[in-house]
Amino acid sequence: MASHGIRDAVAIVGMGCTAFGEHWDRSTDDMLIEASSEALKSANITLDDVDAFWLGTMGSGLSGLTLSRPLKIDHKPVTHVENFCATGSEAFRNACYAVASGAYDVVMAIGVEKLKDSGYSGLVVTPPANDGTQATVTAPASFSLLAPAYAKKYGVDPDEMKEVLTRIAWKNHKNGALNPRAQFRKEVPKETIACSPLVAGPLGIFDCSGVSDGSAAAIIVRAEDAHKYSDHPLYVKALSFIAGPAAGPIDPNYDYTTFTEVVRSAEDAYQQAGITNPRAELAMAEVHDCFTPTELVLMEDLGFAERGFAWKEVLAGTFDLDGELPVNPDGGLKSFGHPIGASGLRMLFEAWTQLRGEAGERQIKSIAAGKRKALTHNLGGSPGACVSFVAIVGDEPDA
Amino acid sequence: MPGIVSYGAYLPYWRLQRSAIGQSLGSGGGKGARSVASYDEDSTSMGVESGRVALATAPDGYRPALVAFATTAPAYADKTNATAIHAALDLADEIPAFDTVGAIRSGFGAALLAQAAGGLAVLADVRTGRPGSADEASGGDGAVTLAFGDGNEIVEVLGSASVTAEFTDRWRTPGESFSQVWEERFGEHAYVPLAEQAVTQAQKATGLALADVDHVIVTGPHTRAVKAASRVIGARPETLVDDLANEVGNTGTAHWALMLADVLDRAEPNQTIAVVLLADGCDVWLLRTTDLLPTRRQPVSVRQRIASTRDDLSYAQFLTWRGFLHREPPRRPEPDRPAAPPSARSERWKYAFTGTRDSTGFVYLPPSRVSLTTGEIDHMEEVRMADVKATIATFTVDRLAFSLSPPVVAAIIDFDGGGRFQCELTDVDPDNVKIGDRVEMTFRRLYTSGGVHNYFWKAKPITVTPDGGGR
Repeated sequence: MASHGIRDAVAIVGMGCTAFGEHWDRSTDDMLIEASSEALKSANITLDDVDAFWLGTMGSGLSGLTLSRPLKIDHKPVTHVENFCATGSEAFRNACYAVASGAYDVVMAIGVEKLKDSGYSGLVVTPPANDGTQATVTAPASFSLLAPAYAKKYGVDPDEMKEVLTRIAWKNHKNGALNPRAQFRKEVPKETIACSPLVAGPLGIFDCSGVSDGSAAAIIVRAEDAHKYSDHPLYVKALSFIAGPAAGPIDPNYDYTTFTEVVRSAEDAYQQAGITNPRAELAMAEVHDCFTPTELVLMEDLGFAERGFAWKEVLAGTFDLDGELPVNPDGGLKSFGHPIGASGLRMLFEAWTQLRGEAGERQIKSIAAGKRKALTHNLGGSPGACVSFVAIVGDEPDA
Repeated sequence: MPGIVSYGAYLPYWRLQRSAIGQSLGSGGGKGARSVASYDEDSTSMGVESGRVALATAPDGYRPALVAFATTAPAYADKTNATAIHAALDLADEIPAFDTVGAIRSGFGAALLAQAAGGLAVLADVRTGRPGSADEASGGDGAVTLAFGDGNEIVEVLGSASVTAEFTDRWRTPGESFSQVWEERFGEHAYVPLAEQAVTQAQKATGLALADVDHVIVTGPHTRAVKAASRVIGARPETLVDDLANEVGNTGTAHWALMLADVLDRAEPNQTIAVVLLADGCDVWLLRTTDLLPTRRQPVSVRQRIASTRDDLSYAQFLTWRGFLHREPPRRPEPDRPAAPPSARSERWKYAFTGTRDSTGFVYLPPSRVSLTTGEIDHMEEVRMADVKATIATFTVDRLAFSLSPPVVAAIIDFDGGGRFQCELTDVDPDNVKIGDRVEMTFRRLYTSGGVHNYFWKAKPITVTPDGGGR
C-alpha cells in the first residue's frame, strides 16, 4: 500500500469546540455557529476568508446545506462526510488534503451531532431498507465482547478485569472533572462505577461513553502560511484512515482482542510521521474510548503497551494524567461525551489545547519537558467490522 | 395409495403450569401444564420446525408433491403462509404450497390433500383464550408435519370416512383473539351421533371395527363430547390414546397428529390406529403401521420433547407474549419492517439459511460474492447451514436492545466444519450461557413491524437429544 502522507504540509491555525452535553436549549444550527465562530476567532479570520468547508455529521443533517444555511455561507463548496463514529476525523482528513493539494488556501473542518433530541437511550442509527436479517445488537453489546475475550486470552480473572475497566472509567472521569467543556465534570468513585446497572455483558452504565450534543471545528492552511494566522500552530504529521473488510463477524479466527483496522492505521500513521517508539515519543493520546474495554484494547493496538500487558499498565497508572503517556486527558468520550460527528475534532481540540500549553489544571507535564507530538485515534463500527482513523500532530515542523 | 413416510413433531421450549394462572387470578387454572409458543414463534415458524424433523427422517430422495399448511392462527391472511414454510424447508420452486386455515378441522383437510398427492401436511397452532378462560388453560401450542408418499410408507392408510354438519358450537370472528362456545351440553348432543355415524362408515369401508384397533385417537376442541364419543364408538378403553392434556394441552389443528406422533413413537409394526376427529362433523382415519416404522421414527419423541421443556414460565410473561399484557418497552426505537424487495432477493439466505463457500472452504454467513481469501468474484458454492450444529465462540447479554422479551442474548457461533455467524440466542437462560455451549439453528419470527413478520433464524442451546429410533 502506498501511503505517502502529507507530513508538515498543512497546519491547524484555529480551533473551536462547544461544551458537550445535553443541550436541550441549543439546536444543531446553534452549535455549528458557536464552534465555527470560536475557530474563526482563534485563527483571526472571518467566514469570508474560508475557501471551502468539510462538515462531518452522522445523523444531524444531510448535505452541505446543513452548514451553509445556518452560517449563510456565500456560494462556497461545503462537503458533507460520514464515516460512523470517525465522521469528525474524516472531515478533518479530507479538509487537510484539499489544502495540501493546492486547491484552497484556507478551509474549515467542522463536526456536529445532536443526539439528545431523539428521545431514545443510547445511539440510534436508521439502516437503509433491508431484509431484516442483520443482528440487532446495540453498540455496548458489540463492544462488551472484548472484555471476556481479552480476559480469557491473557488469563485475567473476572474481578481483576472489572477493576481494570473500572479504573479506565475512573481515570477518564477524573480528567473530565478538570475540563470545563466536558459533559460529566465530576470524579466518580470506583465503587459507583463498578456497581452501576448492567447495560450489556459485563459493561455497566459507567463503562459507556456519554451520549451528548456538541460541535468542534478546525481551520487548516498550508504550513508555510501558518504563522500568518497563529503564533502557535499545529502541524499535521500523519493522517491514516482504514476501512476493514468487516471479516470479524464471519471469520472464526477473529478473537475479539484487537482491532486489526487500528493496528494497520497506527502503523501507517507512525510511518508517515517517522515515529518508531510511540510510547516514548508522544506527549499524549486522545483515543476512542467508546466503552472501557475499547480503551484497554487500543493501548495495545496503538503500540502503547505490549500485547497482553495493557491491563497491568492501566492498573499501574501509565495512562493517567500524570502518567508516562497520558491518554484522554480531556476526559475522552467517557466523560467529555460523544456527539458522533464532533468527537474526532474534539480530540484534536485537546491536542491543540495541550500542545499550546492552554490546558490549565489538566496541563500535561511532559509537554513542558519537551515532548511535542500528540495522537488522536477515532473508531467507527464494532469489533471485527470497523473503520479506524489515526492522526499525529505536533507544534513544530520536523527538520 | 400414498401413506405416511415420515413424521415430525415440534413442541416449544416453554410450558405454563396451570396453577400459575390460578395463583395470579385467584381462581381457575387447574392441574398440569400447557405448552407455550415463545414470543418469537408462531404457527408458521413452528410448522417449519416440525417440517425439518419430518424431512430429516424421510426416505432418501423424498420429494413432496405439495405443502398443505393448516392452522387456526395464521400469521397472515391474503398472503399464503405455506410459502414461508416452503422456503425455509428449502423445497423446489415447482412444489406448490397451500394454506387451509381458520378452523380446527382444516388440519384434517390438509392431511387428506397431502395424502392424496403424496405431500407434506404441516399442522401448527397457537391456542389461547381470554385470561382466566378454559381455552387459555386447556389450549396448547405446537406443530406436526406428516410426510406422505407412495412407497416406503411407515403407515398405510386403510380407509377414511367423514360426516359434515352445520351447527354453532365454537366460533371466532376474524380479528378476535379468543373463541366463544355455546352451552357445553349442546355440543355433546350434536357431536356424539356424528362420531357414531362416521365410525360406522369407516368400519363398512375397511371391515375394521374399532374394537379391533390397537390405538384409538379421539380428539377435538369439545372435551366433553370427545369423552362421551370415546365411550360409544366401540373402542376398548385400554386402546384410547392419552390426549396429552396434562402435559401439552389441546394444540388445535395439530392435536390429532400430535397424538398420532406420540403413538408412532412407540407403536409396533403392523398395528392398527384409528383417528377420530370431532370438529364441525367427524373425520375418521384407519391406519396400519408397517415394518419400516422402527427404522424411521422421529429422532426425538414427543415425550422426550416434553421432558426437555421448561415449565416455570410466569403467567405475566405468558400474557405478555400472547398480547394480553402491554408492558413498557425499552427506550429504543422499534425496528423497521423488513423491506419486500431485499427480502425477496435474499430468500435463500433469509428463509433457507443458505450461505456461500469459496474455493478455500471459507463459509460466508451471510452469503458473499467475493472471496475474503482469494478475492475471486462469484467462485462460490451454496451451502445450507440450517441443520449444521455450532458452538458458542463468545456471547453477550444486551439489556439495551429492543426485544419483545428482553434481554437479548447475542452470540457469535462457529459452525461445525466452518462458518461463523452472529445471531440471537433463543430458548435460553441468560444466566446459564457459556462459551463452548453447543447450539442448533431454529426458524423464528424475530419481530413484527408495520404488519410484516420478520422471519429469520436464531440459535438455541441443544436441549433435546435422540432417545433411540430414527437414524
